[in-house]
Amino acid sequence: MEDDAPVIYGLEFQARALTAQTAETDAIRFLVGTQSLKFDNQIHIIDFDDENNIINKTVLLHQAGEIWHIGTSPADKAVLTTCFNKTSDSRVVSCAAVWRMPSDWETGSHESPDDSVHNPQSLELLCHLDDRTHSNTACVLWEPMGDGKRVMSLADNHALLWDLQESSTQATVSSTATLEGKGQLKFTSGKWSPHHNCSQLTTANDTAIRGWDLRTMTQIYCIENAHGQLVRDLDINPNRQYYLASCGDDCKVKFWDVRNVQEPVKTLEDHSHWVWSVRYNHSHDQLVLTASSDSRLILSNMVSISSEPFGHLVDDEELSEGEDNHQEDNKEPLKDSVVSTYEEHEDSVYAAEWSSADPWLFASLSYDGRLVINRVPRALKYRILL
Amino acid sequence: MDDEAGGSVAVAGDGDPSRRRRVHGMLKLYYGMNEEGKAEEQPESLDPCDINGPHFDPELFLNKLRRECSLAELMDQETCMVKQIRSLDSDMQTLVYENYNKFISATDTIRKMKNDFKKMEDEMDCLSANMAAITEFSASISGTLQDQHAQITKLSGVHTLLRKLQFLFELPARLNKCLELQAYAQAVRSHRRARCVLQQYSHLPSFKGIQDDCHAIMDKLAQELRQKFRDGGSSAKDLSECVELLLQLDEPAEELCDKFLSHARSRLESDLQGLEAEIRPYPSTLAVKDVTARSLSPAAAPGSPSGTSPKTSAVPSPSSNTDILEFIDRGCNEFVSSLCLVITSYQELFINHAQKGELASKNIPQMANGKLHTFVDDLAARYFSLVERRIQEEKGVADNSLLVRALDRFHRRLQAVAKLLPGSAVPNQGTGIVIRAATERVKQYLAALQSFYMDSLTDVRQALATPRLSVASASVAGGGSLLGGAASGRDAPNSLPELLSSLSASILNQIKSVLASVHLFTAKDITFSNKPYFKGDFCSQGVRESLVVSFIKFVCQSSRQFCESAGDKGGSTPPALLLLLSRLCLDYETSTISYILTLTDEQFLAQHHSPVTPVTSLCAEAREAAQKLLNHYVKVQGLIISQMLRKSVETRDWVNTIEPRNVRAVMKRVVEDTTSIDVQVGLLYEEGVRKAHSSDSSKRTFSVYSSSRQQARYAASYTPSAPMDTNLLSNIHKLFSERIDIFSSVEFNKVSVMTGIIKISLKTFLECVRLRTFGRYGLQQIQVDCHYLQMYLWRFVSDENLVHFLLDEIVGSSAHRCLDPSPMEQSVIEVICERG
Repeated sequence: MEDDAPVIYGLEFQARALTAQTAETDAIRFLVGTQSLKFDNQIHIIDFDDENNIINKTVLLHQAGEIWHIGTSPADKAVLTTCFNKTSDSRVVSCAAVWRMPSDWETGSHESPDDSVHNPQSLELLCHLDDRTHSNTACVLWEPMGDGKRVMSLADNHALLWDLQESSTQATVSSTATLEGKGQLKFTSGKWSPHHNCSQLTTANDTAIRGWDLRTMTQIYCIENAHGQLVRDLDINPNRQYYLASCGDDCKVKFWDVRNVQEPVKTLEDHSHWVWSVRYNHSHDQLVLTASSDSRLILSNMVSISSEPFGHLVDDEELSEGEDNHQEDNKEPLKDSVVSTYEEHEDSVYAAEWSSADPWLFASLSYDGRLVINRVPRALKYRILL
Repeated sequence: MDDEAGGSVAVAGDGDPSRRRRVHGMLKLYYGMNEEGKAEEQPESLDPCDINGPHFDPELFLNKLRRECSLAELMDQETCMVKQIRSLDSDMQTLVYENYNKFISATDTIRKMKNDFKKMEDEMDCLSANMAAITEFSASISGTLQDQHAQITKLSGVHTLLRKLQFLFELPARLNKCLELQAYAQAVRSHRRARCVLQQYSHLPSFKGIQDDCHAIMDKLAQELRQKFRDGGSSAKDLSECVELLLQLDEPAEELCDKFLSHARSRLESDLQGLEAEIRPYPSTLAVKDVTARSLSPAAAPGSPSGTSPKTSAVPSPSSNTDILEFIDRGCNEFVSSLCLVITSYQELFINHAQKGELASKNIPQMANGKLHTFVDDLAARYFSLVERRIQEEKGVADNSLLVRALDRFHRRLQAVAKLLPGSAVPNQGTGIVIRAATERVKQYLAALQSFYMDSLTDVRQALATPRLSVASASVAGGGSLLGGAASGRDAPNSLPELLSSLSASILNQIKSVLASVHLFTAKDITFSNKPYFKGDFCSQGVRESLVVSFIKFVCQSSRQFCESAGDKGGSTPPALLLLLSRLCLDYETSTISYILTLTDEQFLAQHHSPVTPVTSLCAEAREAAQKLLNHYVKVQGLIISQMLRKSVETRDWVNTIEPRNVRAVMKRVVEDTTSIDVQVGLLYEEGVRKAHSSDSSKRTFSVYSSSRQQARYAASYTPSAPMDTNLLSNIHKLFSERIDIFSSVEFNKVSVMTGIIKISLKTFLECVRLRTFGRYGLQQIQVDCHYLQMYLWRFVSDENLVHFLLDEIVGSSAHRCLDPSPMEQSVIEVICERG
């Protein structure tokens, strides 16, 4: 069974920011934010037609500045946040804002795709997530599975919890947490945990990973020296509440059980340069995607520490005689392994994301603006499903 | 006359022997004595025409002649015949004369004999008459003496009886006297002689009295003997005499065995207690002694070969009372020898002796033997447990010969027991102890080797940590330190190759000395060395596998641990040590391992029954360790430089920077560090292959990169009309250049190592640049820095295009990240770089 060839889409500008449209569960859609200092930056909305293997794109202008991070509302398809750099008077300021896509972007793109490239519509600014005292926002996180009213921004050494009001046109800081310690501490990335009623946040700064309780805004655990070098990214296992994955400049991907912060549960050393992004598959948490500046994307199958360590559990009643043989195959212990290494990129891959609509599909974005959409190999897919 | 006749015949015969024979023959024929002539005469005799044959028929002969011969022949025949007849006649006459003479002399002789016999007969008659007279006399004498003889016989019988009776009557007194004189043996002998008689006549009251008396006395005697036996103060000889006597007195043998053994046991146990006393004090005063030993040890340490590490000297022979040889000696001399004595005398008494005597019938030997075995086993077990305890305390590895000698003695002395007691398990147990001790010793050696190795590494670490001042100060420091070990004892080696060679030499020496020590176990003059264990398993499993192979594995493993433990933040292991160890492991892979193993196999000519770890797998392991260490070295060094570059990029405000006038100090630092790393690696690793350089690599490549293509790239990215070109160009470029693995495995040569380090550093530089935004002068500064790096770094790497490509990327990326990208003139850059 041949796997479908990867679909490649090239952007004109360099890009780092990639996200799936979280609220969209039907269409396979990714958002890419560009980085250009000279031209107006854009947000490319990339629709992937799974049936025909065709990409449809829509470009929206993001004139505020080059985009470093992008996030979409889990409730409203049209609402997104960006972290961007503004340059004014030879000063570079990084800000964050909530935006709304123009209401007719979807219809417009279908009617005249060429038109949209040449005369792109602009995003509608809903509000800035700016506080006078805090700047340099590294990323903005939406409350997972929330109603799109709460976002979290990580700025320097502060974590700010914002309440969005009046259809997201007003944002007020409801609580803050501050990272304290020697030197200039700075959050590099973070994840809002979907577990525990969305009351936990996990952040990375330098080589440490910290967990925060959002109700009290206090630190609940800390993995010191999680990585030998800077921790670049982390992700929380969607099915196992205490498990998370992290990656960093030591070329390693580590899996942690936060109840034991001394030792990682598992360590992968498949990349030959810094690992910039790690993502659990939303439904099958054994599938882990990692992107690295060695220009590679690696899909790993971490069965042993997933929520389904023995494969998909089939009820006895569902078993028919014909499936007996198949059941025998399943009983073989599944081993952790690298499923596939994707080498379609020529430059450092800074971001990789699973589609929110199709759990077997993912996109990766390299610095040179190349977006590659890949699928989980069918053999593996069927093994997980059956 | 006889003689004369014979003589004449002889004379006559001498003249013509053939004739004489014929005459004899014919005479013989005549007298019918033809024994010897029979066979030859038989054929002729049958011929009737043979004139000399017995069946001669004259008629036939004449007829034959007449038929066959002519007249002349007949005439001849006739004359011949007449001649023969004539000679025969004369012969006959001669013979008749001769025989006549003989007959006359014979007649004379017979007549003379007749006279003589007559005389003799008379004398014989006289003799017989005399004899008859003598017989008569003798009969009369014996008749008279008959009565007296009978009387004398009777009297002598009475005398003997009386003497016996006297003996019996005197017996009690005699026994008493013997008792007084302690001549027990005599008493018993006497009593034995009288016992049967007394028993037989016990129905007579007088004998009964004597018997009772004797019994009483003998009981007393037995009592006394038993007392003596029980007291045990007497010598073994006395004791055995005692036992012998008691046995003769029908004492139950079993009881005697028990008594004998219990008596022996008490003496042996006192020996054992003496031995135990030497061990016991140690554990209670362990702490104190250890301290004293520690304080005393350094002086004693140098005695051990090749200056073992301080560890070994810190653990001297644990009990300061006696060393193990002394202990074993004492055990052998006291316990084992008295045990042997006991066994011998016991066997003499109860087994050999009993076999001869009447006791054999009572199954005493078997019973006695069984008792002896349990007794010996029991005591030997206690002895062994003591010995084992003592051996276990023997932890210091300083002098193995002592232990080996002690074990040898121990084993040798047990052979005596084995000879005395063939079926005993004692020698096997003893061998078991020796084997255990040997294995234990091997383990200790392994531990000692490992700790020596770790200590050596610590020394190396210190040597690396101390700044290379001067040889003088270093040697002073080395002498001052108490290590006294591998490195600092000699002139403190302060360069890597020297450190490496001294490290590997000292390890090798240590291994050799350990092998030599262990080899003592298999020396020819050691009794247990010909046991199958020491010939086979000890060599292959013990020494080769669990000592040498384990140590090599340990070296590899500990090396690997350096890579792992240093994973977090890197700083714990100095990079130079990593490099050194990597080279060490590589050396091990190439030569040392096979050398050590060959050495081992030569020294321990084991018949390898069991599979052993092959050299190749060890080499593979060493190589893997070397690779890992070198990779880790590259990573650590790369990270150190990366850290500098990263800090320099991250902490600067690149938008508002002044126009570059100099190369930034950090770049100079990077080049300096790279150069020193290059020197460091060059000390231990070969140069390696690199792609050919052009005559002026730095300038040529740089000019290409900054003028033609780079300009094109800038141009492309500035032109708003063609934004795609940037991607196109860079992608095309990347299509044709190979993908670079940054943290990849390196080869075992300098160039590869340097390439690895530079790759890591420049890639970090690139990624950091991409995260920043640059102003006009920021870009120019990067240009200057990159040019500077280009000028110096190309020489270190295998493929200068690599440096070129990465620097190209850096400048390209910073141009992209630049708000006002106006690059600096190439000539200006060159001037600045040259000046810096």
